[in-house]
Amino acid sequence: MDTAVGKVVSISLLVIFAVMPVLAPLVGEPYYVDVFARIMLWAMAALGLNLILGFGGMVSFGHAAYVGVGAYTVGILSHHGVSSGFLQWPLAIGLSGIFAAIFGAISLRTRGIYFIMITLAFSQMLYFLAVSLEQYGSNDGLLVPERSDFSIGTLHAGIDDDHAIYYVILCILVLCLYAKSRLIAGRFGMILKGIKSNETRLQALGVSTYRYRLAAFTLSGMICGLSGVLFANFEGFVSPDLMHWTRSGEVLIMVILGGAGMLFGPLFGATVFLLLSEVLARFTDYWNIIFGPILILVVLYAKGGIGGLFRGRNRG
Amino acid sequence: MDIVLFIEQVLNGLQLGVLLFLLAAGLTLVFGIMNFINLAHGSIYMIGAFFAAYLTRLTESFALGILLALPAVVFFALVLERLVLRKFYERDHLDQVLATFGLILFFNEGIRLIWGSGGIAIELPTYLDGFIVLGSDLVISTYRLVIVCVGLVVAISLYGLVTYTRLGMLIRAGASNRRMVGLLGVNVDVLFAVVFSIGAMLAGLAGMLIAPIGQAQVGMGEQVLILCFVVIVIGGIGSIRGAFIAAILIGFIDTMGRAYFDVLLLKILTVNAAETAGPALSSMGVYLLMAGILVFRPRGLFPAQGVK
Repeated sequence: MDTAVGKVVSISLLVIFAVMPVLAPLVGEPYYVDVFARIMLWAMAALGLNLILGFGGMVSFGHAAYVGVGAYTVGILSHHGVSSGFLQWPLAIGLSGIFAAIFGAISLRTRGIYFIMITLAFSQMLYFLAVSLEQYGSNDGLLVPERSDFSIGTLHAGIDDDHAIYYVILCILVLCLYAKSRLIAGRFGMILKGIKSNETRLQALGVSTYRYRLAAFTLSGMICGLSGVLFANFEGFVSPDLMHWTRSGEVLIMVILGGAGMLFGPLFGATVFLLLSEVLARFTDYWNIIFGPILILVVLYAKGGIGGLFRGRNRG
Repeated sequence: MDIVLFIEQVLNGLQLGVLLFLLAAGLTLVFGIMNFINLAHGSIYMIGAFFAAYLTRLTESFALGILLALPAVVFFALVLERLVLRKFYERDHLDQVLATFGLILFFNEGIRLIWGSGGIAIELPTYLDGFIVLGSDLVISTYRLVIVCVGLVVAISLYGLVTYTRLGMLIRAGASNRRMVGLLGVNVDVLFAVVFSIGAMLAGLAGMLIAPIGQAQVGMGEQVLILCFVVIVIGGIGSIRGAFIAAILIGFIDTMGRAYFDVLLLKILTVNAAETAGPALSSMGVYLLMAGILVFRPRGLFPAQGVK
């Protein structure tokens, strides 16, 4: 599906990510290390959404909520002094999965526009839940006092170093990309794509499509949760803003901008989205006044996204 | 229970309910007929508020401000429909969501550029700024009563329009089967422009009504837009009756939940737990209600026939 040119570009992009912590200080812009770390974090969330949107055709407008669940789990545990990563990470990812499974089970009963609105409403519900948690900072958010600790016995291991966490994020992102490529190539991915193109036919073949859609939805929520875990660790701070509905919209935009249903699409999408907003914000405080119309034009004329450019003539 | 507080809460619930209805009516009709999801509907609400606030300041009369702002909003909406929205009717919902999301970014920033991020506050004229005294303790703000009355009058007129007039018949027919209506010789483009204008006018009106209480603010549309989604999902997309019932229901549950939920919780939980869980649960109340309804009725309470 992804062409050779696309693969070359994607891998060069990953190489750029890998050398950024060395390169950015050399050109006198150390701030760009943070920007690129954030790009990877959002790319991971977009990757989670792409699994159901790009391959399964489910338009969720609420995936920032699961990022928030992951981040808040780490934040709250750390706030209470539980900093072991062996506890935090599985719990955070598990909780995101449970929320995604419950919300998915209800949302997936509906179709089309109802599905979009319901996923949006559920994420809004979690947003208000976070706002109402006064003991955890309400609107102001919660400081995460220390990053996850991976020490075993006397063997100390952590991600306190800024370079360490950058490369941890990069490694996990690459792992996610690899896992997703395996998943998509396998039986699960085939069924997911089949559901997108003709669900009735799959049902006629005896596939319980609801279960597969729910499994995909849950898995994608868990990937977003993992991105949230890394967010909390990287920023040292979590706030309801992370699950605001415009965040969900942005993740959606990244997927479409990069090319829905393409393995590396979310990576392109997140890179272009965040770099573009970075550049526009340098020109003017009112950068959304340019970004909004750009978005409309992309939707109107460049539906395949950036990934579509590499797709060539044999588009799927 | 304190009866005065209770009546005040009932009024607040009604007020929120009618405002939600004014917004949801346009959203649900536009969706019902054109199968078009317009996130920028909240922007029209915001722009209504800003137009009214600006014109009120300019003319120094609230009534004149609203009278001028209404046609201005309709004109604005029609231009928007012609220039941008029309291009997306045949696209899938995802494209519509993304494009209108882009519009929201554009309008929020545009308003911020023109009127600053502080928003505009306007004062009520003296004839609306008073109170109506009903009994010794019960004092009701005149303006809140005006909002509720305007909302109810609009709701009834709209119901009459949709149920008893030829235009209404076409609207309902369009919501059931747009192609068939077109084949029968009705100009669907014109029909839709009319429906869109009505929806925009109602959304603008809602913004104007709220401007003196909450002031015109950037981003005011989005908060209420999502509640509107809940309303039309519960009511059934495309149905005016469903939108009205759901709007009032949501208005009440949200208001009453915030006012009384922690009192209820106190009866079953400790003070500490109730104070923690109360605000959390009451802010989630309407969404839980929506989830509950969807489990049994995935297409809402009163779905219009033919809406996909």
